[in-house]
Amino acid sequence: MMPKPHGGKLVDRHIKRKPSEVADLPKFEINTNLAEDIENIAKGVFSPLEGFLCKNDLENVIKEKRLENGTPWTIPILLDFDKKEIKDLKEGDQILLTNTETGVHSILDIDEIYTFDKKTLAQSVYGTQDTNHPGVANVNNMKQFLLGGKITLLESKTREFDEYNLTPKETRFLFKEKGWKEIVAFQTRNPPHIGHEYVQKTALTFVDGIFINPIIGKKKKGDFTDNVILAAYETLMKYYYLKERAVMSILRTSMKYAGPREAIHHAIMRKNFGCTHFIIGRDHAGIGNYYGPYNAHMIFQEFPDLGITPVFFKSFFRCTKCDAVVNEKICPHEEKYHINFSGKKIRELLMNGEIPPENMMRKEVSETILKFDKPFVE
Amino acid sequence: MTEEKDDKKYTTISIPTPLAEKIKKRIQGTGFNSLSSYVTYVLREVISGTEEEPEEAFSKEDEEKIKNRLRALGYLD
Repeated sequence: MMPKPHGGKLVDRHIKRKPSEVADLPKFEINTNLAEDIENIAKGVFSPLEGFLCKNDLENVIKEKRLENGTPWTIPILLDFDKKEIKDLKEGDQILLTNTETGVHSILDIDEIYTFDKKTLAQSVYGTQDTNHPGVANVNNMKQFLLGGKITLLESKTREFDEYNLTPKETRFLFKEKGWKEIVAFQTRNPPHIGHEYVQKTALTFVDGIFINPIIGKKKKGDFTDNVILAAYETLMKYYYLKERAVMSILRTSMKYAGPREAIHHAIMRKNFGCTHFIIGRDHAGIGNYYGPYNAHMIFQEFPDLGITPVFFKSFFRCTKCDAVVNEKICPHEEKYHINFSGKKIRELLMNGEIPPENMMRKEVSETILKFDKPFVE
Repeated sequence: MTEEKDDKKYTTISIPTPLAEKIKKRIQGTGFNSLSSYVTYVLREVISGTEEEPEEAFSKEDEEKIKNRLRALGYLD
């Protein structure tokens, strides 16, 4: 059965109004990440959040990995300002939050203005205070005051890839129309190689459908561009998936690299999209060596009430002795027979304009990628 | 269960002492660092199993709107 949205109710705080109707409000231009948070709150991706966290919720998320009312929540969604910007604001005020890139126009009802401790926040969410960690660096760059309160999205503009951008309300309807009762979600930031395909298809074998949900947004130099990732998946789905068993839609949100905590956050978002299962691989949402390879598996033990079932996978590899794609749970052979699906190696070959071996990446997928003049972020 | 003192966030519940002793033994060497954390875990598990309710239906208007968009985007035939 399709899970209820997280917290019980799908949040919908998107009320179409002309920004001119609220032109009198103090206006603040925010960055694109915050604007995307607002869209995700308004459209129910972050249900049950109706706005940016107030102090009690933040403290509870930090200490207990739950909102004040006990609902699991692991990544704080915060709106920061500096003292100068908010000197004329007080609790109870309304302000307009805008962003040029996304066209977001939204109202914030300020419930609370408060400060926070950056070290505590970084340590709890990222498990480190090392400023080389991009999440910790972001926390250190945050301004000192936080504004908590409900948001109302008035308007946002049509953007690239919107034809792939479904809201939780839409995916829930779509899954119902397709007759899917059990849906597994797969998150990705890369074009699919054979190892990804095996993970997805192994999970799909036990449920009704797969929801492929690439994260779209800011990437680092050398990463595949968003349009390459989407085109690569379109190709894979066209040639190697049953149309009635797979759906792809994007998710616009920034990666936090918070490892285990972010794995829970990712699962919650997919629950809101209507998924019953969520695939967690090795070092999910990790970076460098900050988290153990399977910490993102273990954290789920703390959340028996999460409402979405994690599906844990160890990496797939090709075993020359088995002559098959396998994983360490099913292959009895020594490591010398194993060939890993190296994303790095595949990328190097593609960078040189070469087609990777077909036992690493589907030929059709490689050809799709190589049709792009610039498949990598420069 | 007297470990939690924060009146706002926690409440005190009585359980039989022999049961509490059994639980204390059971959680030794596990990730649970207190009797309260274990009991909270068990109760959350029980509660989550009883809260399953069918998803609320879409309104007719919503349904038509969503269906049209999904068709236009090629998600539905």
